[in-house]
Amino acid sequence: MKAIRFEQVSKRFPGAPRPAVDGVSLHVEAGEFVVLLGPSGCGKTTLLKMVNRLYEPSEGRIFIDDTEIRQLKVTTLRQQIGYVIQQIGLFPHMTVAQNIAVVPRMRGWKRDRIAARIDELLTLIELDPAEYRGRYPAQLSGGQQQRVGLARALAADPGVVLMDEPFSAIDAITRASLRDELLRLQRKVRKTILFVTHDVEEALRLADKLAVLRAGRVVQYDPPFHVLTRPADDFVRDLVGAQDMVRHLSLLRVEGAMIGLAGGAGPNGGPTVGRHDDLRHALSLLLRTGAPALTVMEGGLAVGRLTIAGIGGAARGRVEA
Amino acid sequence: MNDLVRAFAYAAARQGELVEALQRHLLLVAVALGIGILVCVPLGIVTSRSRVAAVTFINSFNALRVIPSLAILFLALPYFGPSQTSATIALTILALPPILINTDTAFRKIDPAIREAALGMGMPQREILRRIEFPLALPIIITGIRTAAVEVIASATLAAFIGAGGLGIYITRGFALYDTAILLVGAIPVALLAIVAELGMGSLQHALQPPRS
Repeated sequence: MKAIRFEQVSKRFPGAPRPAVDGVSLHVEAGEFVVLLGPSGCGKTTLLKMVNRLYEPSEGRIFIDDTEIRQLKVTTLRQQIGYVIQQIGLFPHMTVAQNIAVVPRMRGWKRDRIAARIDELLTLIELDPAEYRGRYPAQLSGGQQQRVGLARALAADPGVVLMDEPFSAIDAITRASLRDELLRLQRKVRKTILFVTHDVEEALRLADKLAVLRAGRVVQYDPPFHVLTRPADDFVRDLVGAQDMVRHLSLLRVEGAMIGLAGGAGPNGGPTVGRHDDLRHALSLLLRTGAPALTVMEGGLAVGRLTIAGIGGAARGRVEA
Repeated sequence: MNDLVRAFAYAAARQGELVEALQRHLLLVAVALGIGILVCVPLGIVTSRSRVAAVTFINSFNALRVIPSLAILFLALPYFGPSQTSATIALTILALPPILINTDTAFRKIDPAIREAALGMGMPQREILRRIEFPLALPIIITGIRTAAVEVIASATLAAFIGAGGLGIYITRGFALYDTAILLVGAIPVALLAIVAELGMGSLQHALQPPRS
C-alpha cells in the first residue's frame, strides 16, 4: 500500500467554462479508504483518472509515495494501480482466469504463480475456482462480474486501487452485499483505495475519510462521522442531510401514507406494495417502475393507493388526502 | 431431370476442362477476396477511428459498387485486355464494401468501457488492438468476408464474358448454344461453391464468437 498526494492539481478541459478540478491538494495515507463524494460534474471522476493518467493535470503534481507519477512510464504506472470502473469492462472473449491474468502476464509473472494467484483471488471473492475459472463474463451475474472486476484489479497486488462508481450499475440488494464484501476484502488485503461515488449512503458506509467535492474543489475532507456532525458548509449539510429524509422513510409504514379504497377490489395489474411495508421501499418501487401510484395490497385485496405526494406528505409529518 | 443427366455426361466427357475452369474460378475468387481483406481490414480500423475517413472511404467504395460488374469488366478491357487482371479488378471492387463496412462496424461496436479497462490496466495500444479489439471484432469481420465471398463466387462467372475463364465458360457456352445442360455444368458448381463458402464462414464465425451465456 502506498500514499497518494495531490499538490495543487487542476484540470481544464478545452472549451469548458470553468476547470473540472480546481487547485485540489489532498493527502491519502497508505492503507486508507478515501471516498470522493459529490454531485455529477463536481470533478470527482476527473480527479481519480488523473492518478492513473487517463487524464493529465493542467497544473499541479500527483505523487504515489514519493514518486511523481509522470516519472514512470505510463503503462508501468497503470500496471501498479488497480482500476475498477462502473461498466466493469471485463474482456468478453476471455475466461474469468484469463481476465484476472492480464496484468500479471504483462508484468512477466511465471505461469505457476499466475495460476496460483487466480485461485487465491477467486477464493478471496468467494467464487469457487474450479467452477468459475473457465467461465466467460457473459456466464456470470452482474454482481459476480464486478467481483471478478475487483479480483482483476487486485491481481498483481497493486499498492493503490482506483474505483470509479463500481457498484452504481448493480441492483440495490447485490450492491449492499458487494459493499460488505469490499470492506471485508479491505480488512484482509489493506490497499490504499480511492473510491468515487455520488451515493451518500455508500460513501458513509465505506469511507475511512470522505472528500466532499463541489465545482472542482474539495470542500471538506474528514472522517464520515465528522462530516455528518460538523459539515463544513450548507452545501455539505444539504448533501448528506437530504439522505436523512430517506432514512426516515424506512421507519414509516405504507398504511400511514396511503389513500384508502372503500370496499376493496382485486389487483389491477400495476405495481403493488403491502400495507405494512416501509415507505422507503415503496418510494424506490415508485421511482423504479415510473408508475403514477402503487396499489396497496392486504390479503390479496387492494385496500389503497399510494402516490409520491402521499409519501412526501408522510415524511413531512402529515398525510395529504 | 433429363438436362441434369445430360449435364453430368457433358461434364464427365470434359473432366480436364472442368477442373481447370474450377481452379481458374477459385483463383479469381481467392485473389479478389485476398486483396479485399488486405486493403479493407486495416482501412476499416482507420475509418472506425475517424469520421472523415469513414464517410470518404465507405461512400466511395459503395459508389464504385453501384457500377455493374459487367460494365467494369468492359471498362477495364482497354487497359488490361481480356485478361485475369481485368476480371480481378471488377471482382475486387465487389469484395471491398462488405469487408470495409463490417470491419468499421465491428471496431465501432466495441464497448468503450472495454477499451478504458484495458488502457487503465496499463496495456499498450498495440496490445489492446491485438489481444482485445481484434479478437472481439473478428466475428463481424468474418461476416463481411462471407458476404463478399458469396458475391464474388457468383460474379466470377462474368469473367468468361471477356475470356478470362472460370466456371462462367459453361454458362456463356450454354447461352450461345441454347443448351440448358451445358449451362448447368457451370451453374451447379458455382451454386455449390457459394453454399460451401456461406456455411464454412458461418461456422467459423460461430466458433470465434465469445459465449453469451
